[in-house]
Amino acid sequence: MGELAKAFEIPIGPVHPALKEPIRFTFRVEGERIVGVDIKPGFAHRGIEFMGLHRNLVQVLYLAERICGICSISHPVALVQAVENAAGIEVPPRAQYIRVIVAELERIHSHLLWAGVAAHELGFDTLLHLTWKVRERVLDILEELTGNRVNYAIPIYGGVRRDITPEQYPRVQEMIRYYRGLFEELCDRFLNDASVEARTRDVGVLEPDEAEALCAVGPTARASGLRKDVRQDWPYLVYGDLGIKAITPEDYGTEPRGDVYDRIVVRLLEVAQSIDIIERCLEEMPEGEITFIPKIPALLAQLKKAEGEGIGRHEAPRGEVIHYVRLEAGKEEPVVWKVKAPTYSNLMSWYPMFEDQEIADIPIVAASIDPCMCCMDRVHLVRGGREELVWKEELLKLSREKTRKMALGNG
Amino acid sequence: MSVLNALWQAILVLFGGTFLALVYKGIDRKLAAQMQGRIGPPIRQPFLDVGKLLVKETVVPRTAVRWAFNLMPFLALIAAGTVLLYLPIGPFRPVLSGYGDVIVVLYLLAVPAVAMALGGFASGSPFGVVGAQRELVMLMSYEFPLAVVVVALAWRVAGLGVGPAFSLATLAANPLWAQVGPLGVLGLVLLFLVLLVVTPAELSKIPFDIPEAETEIAGGLMVEYSGVNLALFYLADALKTVAMAALVVALFIPYGIAAPLGISGVGGQILDLAFFLVKVFCVMFAAVTTVRVAFARLKVDQIARGFWIPLTAVAAAGLLLLVLDKAVVG
Repeated sequence: MGELAKAFEIPIGPVHPALKEPIRFTFRVEGERIVGVDIKPGFAHRGIEFMGLHRNLVQVLYLAERICGICSISHPVALVQAVENAAGIEVPPRAQYIRVIVAELERIHSHLLWAGVAAHELGFDTLLHLTWKVRERVLDILEELTGNRVNYAIPIYGGVRRDITPEQYPRVQEMIRYYRGLFEELCDRFLNDASVEARTRDVGVLEPDEAEALCAVGPTARASGLRKDVRQDWPYLVYGDLGIKAITPEDYGTEPRGDVYDRIVVRLLEVAQSIDIIERCLEEMPEGEITFIPKIPALLAQLKKAEGEGIGRHEAPRGEVIHYVRLEAGKEEPVVWKVKAPTYSNLMSWYPMFEDQEIADIPIVAASIDPCMCCMDRVHLVRGGREELVWKEELLKLSREKTRKMALGNG
Repeated sequence: MSVLNALWQAILVLFGGTFLALVYKGIDRKLAAQMQGRIGPPIRQPFLDVGKLLVKETVVPRTAVRWAFNLMPFLALIAAGTVLLYLPIGPFRPVLSGYGDVIVVLYLLAVPAVAMALGGFASGSPFGVVGAQRELVMLMSYEFPLAVVVVALAWRVAGLGVGPAFSLATLAANPLWAQVGPLGVLGLVLLFLVLLVVTPAELSKIPFDIPEAETEIAGGLMVEYSGVNLALFYLADALKTVAMAALVVALFIPYGIAAPLGISGVGGQILDLAFFLVKVFCVMFAAVTTVRVAFARLKVDQIARGFWIPLTAVAAAGLLLLVLDKAVVG
């Protein structure tokens, strides 16, 4: 029995109903118990950073928007901040408020989407349909404000591309009331349901010290009790004025256990927090300009003259996203563009989470960090039609070679 | 009853039962969809599904044990169909009455589960193997409370001395509710509840659908099945659903409405048959449709623990109450 059971390996992915995006897990199981896991990402690598180095900065913005369909405001917000940093562009206050409003709307839609997916992973489709039905409301508002349900195309270097008109205020406020009224019910359905609790309590536990050591970010870290939030720790845009506090399960009145249940708690509370932020932004938003330079050609000309490097960071729904850009005078395209998505930081926290769990826990634990493979995948090595494993030293050597080739202008 | 007559009856029951099973499956899917705020498929969707599967290619994986892999769907369907022949259909006695009793029915109900597990093992897929292991654990979990319920009823009916105690025809002809005192009624209610909980587990429906668990093991036992083989399992599942609901009806609510209304003859039989179908539907709706939209999927250890200790305890309490009642009523 022992020998037979030990030899058992279960492959999950790259294509599997539990996964919304491709990644490969190889679990070693004894009966139903997981004794080991190997994770292999890299199936959704599209070389977006590389493409960005051959396009002008406005075109790069479009690419950044398409890094991920769900964080389609997070990446542009981080990128424009990085470029504004590098080029020394001031953003009008009203534009900052609008960026915050759209970013928080995105957080609501992303967390509700995640909650639905989590319910589906638990086999609770009724809850999935309920959550996604109420999520339509925020998508409608996003469409109303930006013209699109996804890929909002709102931030531009030095401002935003669309203003919020006075007629739109009541509709947003109506949405705020709708979600406020719904919040209790949603919490009740998720957090007081016996079968949800049976499947998520003490499942996929990430201890606070592990979260700290593995550099977990976003709701994954906060569910373990770390008060860690870019909006609180390094305020940007108008978040400093709004006085954001990172949310942990303590705000729900329970000790953080760092399990899947706590991750549901944190995300649901963040939906409520985002609603409050949007309401305050609508009240406090000053009148005024929404862009630094309205005309795109003038903007491009200004950016072409800029020289320097900049970092933009943003608290995406899944955690901290960082964009780094380096601009050189006389060049329309960035010389370096580096993106670090939240999933990249959270990936390692899967190892302690999967330890000693059951096969039945795999989907919900995998989903609990809200992974986004297409945000994260940076590399996929295929040499001579075969896949290989590359260690750090060799990877460093390869990337230096590539940089040298690109610097010579034939990359 | 001549052999030819029995044959005709059997064919009628099997074809009628299959047709009805698919219709009920369609209604179940439609109602579940409505409860989830979806539109849902048309009622005839299960027929379309089976029709489509029958013309699809039947793939056998290279790693599979071919003969076992191909045999198991037939075994499951035959066993599920045979159960119908042992069940009283409304006003009619079971087709095979006299050739086996409720114990045979219990075994036959377990056969599709075992066949699915063997098929899963034979498929050579890790998902199939995990699903098969889970199916066997499930089988061991729900069989005991189920057996307690059936034995309790049969034991009480034996005390009445009205015929062969374990025969389903006898059980259906002598509803116990009127024969026992208040303690016995309480015991029967407990046993009835246990049977309603066992029903979705027996049928592997959410929250007990762990052998298939789409998001976990991608369909589990069924993962390698396709084409005709999958269609046969699909039919077996539909038939088993109806059979299980009909068993609940036969054990606990075998009443007809024709006699109380004073209608006899062919009209009464048709009325009773219609009433029987309504009862089967109600049991299915209560124990399968509503349950599967109201819960998340549980884990196999949670189910095993829940069935072995609390549920068996409730079933034993029901049995005990029946015993006490017999001591009181005599």
